Amino acid sequence: MEYEAVIGLETHVQLKTHSKMWCGCANIFGSDPNTNVCPVCLGMPGVLPVANAEALKLTVLTGYLLNCEIPPFAKFDRKNYFYPDSAKNYQVTQYDRPSTAKGWVEFEFDGPGSVDGMSRVRITRAHLEEDVGKSTHFDRHSGVDFNRAGVPLLEIVSEPDLNGPEMTYAYLKALTDILRRGGISDCDLEKGMLRCDVNVSVRPKGATQLGSKIEIKNMNTFSGVRRALEYEIPRQIEAVRRGESLRQETRRWDEVAGITETMRSKEDAHDYRYLPEPDLMPFVPTEPWLEEVRGRLVELPLARKRRFMGEYLLPSGDAEVFRDHLELGAFFERAAAGYKNPKAIANLVINNLQAHLVESGFSVTELKMTPAAVRELVELVESGKISSKIAQEVFREMATSGEPPAAIIDRKGWLQVSDISAIEALCQAAIEANSSSSADFRAGKVAALNFLKGQVMKVSKGKANPSLVGEILERKLRE
Amino acid sequence: MSDFNIRYISRLARVALTPDEELRLGEQLGPILGYIEKLKEVDVSGVEPTAHAFPLVNVVREDTVTESLSNEEALRNAPARSGGLFVVPKIVE
Repeated sequence: MEYEAVIGLETHVQLKTHSKMWCGCANIFGSDPNTNVCPVCLGMPGVLPVANAEALKLTVLTGYLLNCEIPPFAKFDRKNYFYPDSAKNYQVTQYDRPSTAKGWVEFEFDGPGSVDGMSRVRITRAHLEEDVGKSTHFDRHSGVDFNRAGVPLLEIVSEPDLNGPEMTYAYLKALTDILRRGGISDCDLEKGMLRCDVNVSVRPKGATQLGSKIEIKNMNTFSGVRRALEYEIPRQIEAVRRGESLRQETRRWDEVAGITETMRSKEDAHDYRYLPEPDLMPFVPTEPWLEEVRGRLVELPLARKRRFMGEYLLPSGDAEVFRDHLELGAFFERAAAGYKNPKAIANLVINNLQAHLVESGFSVTELKMTPAAVRELVELVESGKISSKIAQEVFREMATSGEPPAAIIDRKGWLQVSDISAIEALCQAAIEANSSSSADFRAGKVAALNFLKGQVMKVSKGKANPSLVGEILERKLRE
Repeated sequence: MSDFNIRYISRLARVALTPDEELRLGEQLGPILGYIEKLKEVDVSGVEPTAHAFPLVNVVREDTVTESLSNEEALRNAPARSGGLFVVPKIVE
């Protein structure tokens, strides 16, 4: 029997705020232990949390970016458990009334259920909670640093719409691209800004009932998620094939051994005893507030790629360059606006301009040339006023002096010669000076024409119109 | 009378009880839970659950950083410390 995997993800990301969720301690990574702490995030008796306005905005903004509904009422709850990294002995989270619900993420992935190479994963909810402290384990004791405790954390829960390691990886990549582009989170894996729990089960292919859900906790790299699934899915399928019944449990991924192992079974599952957080007031977003949040919506990477392909008829590789490089994309758009052949401008921007940026270390805003000048240069080539070879020279001049292309061409006398009688004379001279090549061509060696053409171009210092040179040479040689 | 397990509850609360205490507290908790059961008799269908007793919403603070405690102050009440960390019994999940 064939089996299939059913995977859902709970992805936690730290929000990009200046301060923590309930207090004014700094939300920064890498400080000395327990220096960004105060009575609130240390869980001292009698303190009161106050919600960070920006964290609430980023949560709802995430909701919009993930096509979620924004419920008119949200509240916070306490999730009770004892563990040294939680000084309060509860984590504040949104249990039954989250800030966002029922959305979806679309991303490029070809697989079962995809349409035109696009897959879609439904988002159950994205809710706001707080991060906990960080434990370091020693021989017989553990040390706790509460700098991370109370950092705003967004938990993004997906429906079990993923079908394997590759699709899960693609989803995570797409999700973090969205969150980074939206300014929600830097998703810096090195700094522990993203962690996820992976729920995975297997079932006979095509079955509708889900198998026993196995949760792999606390994954902090994309490749770890992929490898854990590459191990866990065959493990479950093997077990089912052997007739074992899998039981719901929580497992841990051992990065070094490359295996998952049991952490706790369903019987040992935590009883969190959620209760409404009495220290925090509910959240009822007003229309002006939502409007302000919507004002922060940005074009997402996938939409941007599609727009560059649709609006400028660019191939996907070019569109991806502009998808990832916002400033370069903006420069291109200013240059290409209304131009008949945007691809020609894209070529110059992607090849020449990008290389120039790398070489000079300039940012796009520091460039000496304007988008209009780049378009002018492309126009000069396309209308036959200069050759593309000369255009390279002009571009170099533009990059250093910032002079408009027409002025450079004028000053250097680089205007392409399209005067037929002038070119005819040059061609005649070249045929006479290279009689053996001329004979070769007449004898059927077509390549000899290129040599003669090169000679004419050389004598004209690149200014002769190359297609005219080709035509005239050929006509003369066949005479 | 609702069913409850005094051992389970004391374990959840991380409160160690002697067998005597289990018996005594179990007897006391019984009527308390019975009282809650009585409250359940009230018909609340159609009543929106209250998230908070106080009719206030959207209480927020601006996202600005304020001064934190010094490491010395933060650890002042810690029974044990090392390298700026709170030192606790080793618990690995």
